[in-house]
Amino acid sequence: MPDVVEDSDDDPVDPADPDRLRKVRRDSVAVGVAVGTSGLTFGAAGVAAGLTVWQCAALSLLVFTGASQFALVGVLGGGGSALAGALSAVALGVRNTFYGIRLADALHLSGFRRLLSAQIVIDESAAMATTQPTRRESRVAFFATGLAVYVVWNLATVVGAIGAGQIGDPMTFGVDAAAPAAFLALIAPRLRGRVERRTGALAVAIALVAVPLTPVGVPVLLAALAVLPVALGRRNDA
Amino acid sequence: MIWLAVGLTLIGCYALKLAGLLVPPRVLQRPRVRRVAEQLPVALLLALVAIGTFGTGRALVIDARAAGLAAAGVALLLRAPFLLVVLVAAAVTALVRLL
Repeated sequence: MPDVVEDSDDDPVDPADPDRLRKVRRDSVAVGVAVGTSGLTFGAAGVAAGLTVWQCAALSLLVFTGASQFALVGVLGGGGSALAGALSAVALGVRNTFYGIRLADALHLSGFRRLLSAQIVIDESAAMATTQPTRRESRVAFFATGLAVYVVWNLATVVGAIGAGQIGDPMTFGVDAAAPAAFLALIAPRLRGRVERRTGALAVAIALVAVPLTPVGVPVLLAALAVLPVALGRRNDA
Repeated sequence: MIWLAVGLTLIGCYALKLAGLLVPPRVLQRPRVRRVAEQLPVALLLALVAIGTFGTGRALVIDARAAGLAAAGVALLLRAPFLLVVLVAAAVTALVRLL
């Protein structure tokens, strides 16, 4: 992804152009609705894994980072411990730190506003913000996308969780395949690179070997070792 | 126990989000750290795909979920949107269970 935010000092487009800002806002809300709707599957997957509607809702309100939420629910649903579940969820949240580093310059926040804004530093708000030509548009894209995803994702979570409880055994509807499919869809755009494919293949191999040998929830954490070749390698091809 | 997991997760995930906005950029923009950060989600998410598809507790099984995930893969190759990919996986898994 081009690092547009870092080059935006010279603002190639008039930052106050209302038409462009309107378009950014519209695109952001569209992304928010499209992505937020998948909160339906999170709510359903959460209930299928044995969580209450309240617990699903609390995760979406307070954790608010989809992959981590699905990971936690996946580990708990498979019988893993609270600690293993939380560790995999938090490990997946590491990427949000790097989004924040790239966003900090464009957003230029401080104090209470920074504390609140941190909650909506997620895949989609970062992706929308870092692909805008000016700082002004980056800011608008970040807040519009982040808030739209937040509202829709939380509403959808509650609807999905309540819905899954009413339709009988969620397994009948293949809800247990929803979480892995969601992970696959989230990461698929990144799998075009050679290094990513190597990392991915190694991670899958480690995870599958570890499933019968270690407690539930641990295989995901071991799979993080698949980044070692990149971490230790000297090549600059990543 | 689930609430404990919820609490640990929300503290950890929020701290990571806030850290990005607070940390001076130089510290974490070294190429090696960046490369690891780029690869980490790939490793974790694909591991979760494999475990969610073939894992049942501590056993590995091939069941209806494998068909659902294969269908999701085809949907992704056809550039289907996120929600459709998830729905296809669930629907095919449900269908195979019915058969």
